[in-house]
Amino acid sequence: MLKAKIAGHALALVATVLLGGVLSATLVRLAPGFDVDEQDLDPHLSAESAQALRAARRQDHNILRFYFSYMNRAAHGDLGTSLALGRPVRTLLRDRAPLTLRLLALGLGLAWAAALALALSAAWLRLSVYDAVSTLVSGTLLCLPAAVLALLSVLWNVPGSLAIALIVFPRIYRYARNLLAKSYSLPYIVTARAKGLGEGRILFWHVVPGVAPQLLAVAGVSVSMAVGAAIPVETLCGLAGVGQLAWQAALARDLPLLVNITILVTLVTLLANSGADVIGHMVRGQES
Amino acid sequence: MNLWRKLACAVLAIVLCAAAAANWLAPAGYARQYREATSAPPSRAHWLGTDELGRDRFARVLYGTRISLLLAPAAALLSTLMAALIGGLAGYLGGIWARMAMAVTDLFLSLPWLFLLITARALMPLNVSPLFSVMVTFLLLGLLGWTTAARVLCTTAGSLRSADFVRQARAAGVRGQRLFWIHVMPNLKPVLYAQFWISIPVFILSEANLGILGLGVAEPMPSWGSLLKELEGLVSVSEEPWKLVPLILLVVVVMSFQLLLTRQDEVAA
Repeated sequence: MLKAKIAGHALALVATVLLGGVLSATLVRLAPGFDVDEQDLDPHLSAESAQALRAARRQDHNILRFYFSYMNRAAHGDLGTSLALGRPVRTLLRDRAPLTLRLLALGLGLAWAAALALALSAAWLRLSVYDAVSTLVSGTLLCLPAAVLALLSVLWNVPGSLAIALIVFPRIYRYARNLLAKSYSLPYIVTARAKGLGEGRILFWHVVPGVAPQLLAVAGVSVSMAVGAAIPVETLCGLAGVGQLAWQAALARDLPLLVNITILVTLVTLLANSGADVIGHMVRGQES
Repeated sequence: MNLWRKLACAVLAIVLCAAAAANWLAPAGYARQYREATSAPPSRAHWLGTDELGRDRFARVLYGTRISLLLAPAAALLSTLMAALIGGLAGYLGGIWARMAMAVTDLFLSLPWLFLLITARALMPLNVSPLFSVMVTFLLLGLLGWTTAARVLCTTAGSLRSADFVRQARAAGVRGQRLFWIHVMPNLKPVLYAQFWISIPVFILSEANLGILGLGVAEPMPSWGSLLKELEGLVSVSEEPWKLVPLILLVVVVMSFQLLLTRQDEVAA
């Protein structure tokens, strides 16, 4: 059962890469400037050389051959060259990915720590004022555009990772709080309380294990939220990461770069979701 | 209806009325420049001051509110209709159609929303007229925002397919389109309404994000996104608090929608 699940996820990943590759190739082909080379205007090239260059480009006119060669290059790690920055996409991604990964890891860690601490303490204390205040804070944060939080973090000199945490935190908190509240109303929890079990024991022995698989599913989704938040945060905080690169590519209509980043991001989020699903499946298996 | 919902309704009604009356409240319009008073603080002539191009900020907030509050529901309507057609039909047909629809929505949902939006926005020309940029921005939101709703509708339509009244209708000889439009679709209405209302604040926030990143509505047309872009030049909140008015308005409106949505969420679930 677990193997079938992993195989299913692997198949989805491969399908995404293939679909993304075809989409990428199509967009590159449709992009303005395709089939135009400034070398055509180079006066140092002889007529024969210019003719040879044109003949080489003409091969790309055959759509099937174009797709095949594009996918072949991508399979060998050649993701093309950025139109706007004039550098290989692979190099650009390699240079910028570490910063984004660090930002995401820190942001997600902070968001999860804050959300779980708040949700668990609200469930434990069961004080209506505490619950109302934490809900109001998370509700207000939910009503703020991610880009505004990024701008405010610049204004108040707050690190980018904290801005990401503030964007992701309310979504995790709301879900965790609702899950815990629902879990507390289940008959076996009511029975446990009636039998005189302590609040701490009920929370950590009965409630938390019950909601763990669903929280794991949210962990996968939270990666996607954090990656989305990386665009405004990196752009507005002046951090040279993949999010800022995507924004620069969008403004310059650099489609080869933008589509490759999008495929990469999709793969990361799919991997996170698949990982969370498989771990959740294992946890459920252990429980049953 | 509890007190909070009544309050949310009242706030939305006031904001909508003010936006609708923008022509009377700010007759000079959103693009008129007062060159002798650029970046001016609030005064009797300019209630919220002027921006760095000397345009009246109050007028721009009113017209921006009108654009955002008119087009976000329009985009929500488009996305809900697409979700109804794709998700509802796939769920009703079941089998491979439902699986295909779920696979496509899963793929869309695995992409961060903002990444998807900026990729799609970059495919369109960026140097376009302001009116066209408004259309493109909200059309994109509508065309790309249907996936979550489609997933919910696909599941709901799937459960309706095996409901007793649909089986009885089928046994009575009702088939195909008639069964879908007369028996299944009316039962999807509560979920459709809920998804429509849920989409509005999401699209308002998405437009704001796009606007701040410079990929939304083009100048001189105002929208909440382009108005919030002004916060980039904010030196200190305490020195220029009036610049926060568009942000406060947006938060209040989105919060009002969220308060109204509490019941809609229950219906969607």
